[in-house]
Amino acid sequence: MKIGIVCPYSWDVPGGVQFHIRDLAEHLIRLGHEVSVLAPADDDTPLPPYVVSAGRAVPVPYNGSVARLNFGFLSAARVRRWLHEGVFDVIHIHEPASPSLGLLACWAAQGPIVATFHTSNPRSRAMIAAYPILQPALEKISARIAVSEYARRTLVEHLGGDAVVIPNGVDVDFFASAEPKAEWGGRTLGFIGRIDEPRKGLPVLMAAFPEIARECPDVRLLVAGRGDEEEAVASLPPELRSRVEFLGMVSDEDKARLLRSVDVYVAPNTGGESFGIILVEALSAGAAVLASDLDAFAQVLDQGAAGELFANEDAGALAAAAVALLRDPARRAELSARGSAHVRRFDWSTVGADILAVYETVTDGASAVAADERAPLRTRLGLTRDTSA
Amino acid sequence: MIETLVWTALALAVIGVYLSWTAGRLDRLHSRMDAARAALDAQLLRRASVVIEVAASGALDPASSIVLYEAAHAARQADEEHREVAESELSQALRAVFADAAQVEAVREAPGGEAAAEELAAAVRRVPMARRFHNDAVRAARALRRHRKVRWFRLAGHAPFPLAFEMDDEPPVDLADRP
Repeated sequence: MKIGIVCPYSWDVPGGVQFHIRDLAEHLIRLGHEVSVLAPADDDTPLPPYVVSAGRAVPVPYNGSVARLNFGFLSAARVRRWLHEGVFDVIHIHEPASPSLGLLACWAAQGPIVATFHTSNPRSRAMIAAYPILQPALEKISARIAVSEYARRTLVEHLGGDAVVIPNGVDVDFFASAEPKAEWGGRTLGFIGRIDEPRKGLPVLMAAFPEIARECPDVRLLVAGRGDEEEAVASLPPELRSRVEFLGMVSDEDKARLLRSVDVYVAPNTGGESFGIILVEALSAGAAVLASDLDAFAQVLDQGAAGELFANEDAGALAAAAVALLRDPARRAELSARGSAHVRRFDWSTVGADILAVYETVTDGASAVAADERAPLRTRLGLTRDTSA
Repeated sequence: MIETLVWTALALAVIGVYLSWTAGRLDRLHSRMDAARAALDAQLLRRASVVIEVAASGALDPASSIVLYEAAHAARQADEEHREVAESELSQALRAVFADAAQVEAVREAPGGEAAAEELAAAVRRVPMARRFHNDAVRAARALRRHRKVRWFRLAGHAPFPLAFEMDDEPPVDLADRP
């Protein structure tokens, strides 16, 4: 099958959606499909052979933060050329509702279109205003995928219609077969995520840490992720600061080894998560997982069967649960065993098969994707401007 | 005077372009709906055929085989009006027969059963998928067709009002669920 995938965010900036698309594309290529990914990227970044650059993304304030997006004549023209040259059986657009390549591709294409909705933003006024603009583009999508039941609910509330739930994929064996590192083992808690992003929940963990250290005097906390380390430990009593080790940004290999080594992986995120891929990775590595009881997390952890949940933002509950887990190796082993079995459904072999089933369902009896000749005049004008690039 | 005429002509032209664009949108929605319906038909037929194959294979006990065969046969023969009920009954029959994980094992252990069980699992997983896509297309088409501009200018022509396909498509847990 010839598959075109549209990535809305810069290929050169690491992020969940980008990793998902990279893994999906590589999985599909391994299965023998022809895949082309259209992604924003600086023209001088080295790209894998299956990625086509749609030009540099422009930083603009959007949705409360600065987002790097693609829009305008040049991007629209590149989207149309990519569609024209690719002659895809199906195109798979990620985040079609964000004002970037996904939306442009929706405008410009006709034929079998699959779309994945990753985020679950609360309903905003901008969304309501944008609805009539989005609708004509979004109604071209033949099949919608939401990454979790929670993301599906927000999608249904915001845009109407329905979607099938297919979780994000993880290469389970990569994590399961990683070599544990001795210096990261032995009474350790792990945390991976942006240090200076309060929604990732490190402050909650820091508030709970003195209590955990009192009960388990030899406990250490390993933190991997970007951010200001001084500021992160500022709330801790000085004698405890040496127990917190910052590893900075870690490679995929080190992330897997870290997750294999720690006794308990803690995910104290306070909100804004629609899936929780890191939990799946921790489960794959066989770590006992302790997570806040966000909707998305509870779902990944099978409502608490594959990992412990604590009341969101409650440092006391986090401390109590962490101490109980650290003291009970049998319980940790039980969680680890159940987690390893549960996580198989998130392996790429399963997730990839489901996504392919969606592709096959929408391409049944439909013709290939083509540029939409009914697209508005200005998009067509865009085409005439970009004859050189 | 001339000025008024020019403005009127201009306004009419703009309205005309807008209406033609809306008609194009509607046309696209209708073709999406037709494609989704064809895909749903294909998945339902596929499911019925696999069920008949399994029922005829003798891998299951005779009572289960007859229940499955009857339901699948009825679903395949049903006319448009009774299709939703017949397909729902096939879903119920499948759930009843495969309520016990041992039944799934029995199919797997028969010669060639592994492939048949895989195919059956794929079929029962894809029916709800195809139905969801179809009903999503129907919803989008209905939303546009109910709009004033479409009703007043009869942009939908004689196309029948789109109807969702309502059925019980819950797959048997032991068959569709993965380890």
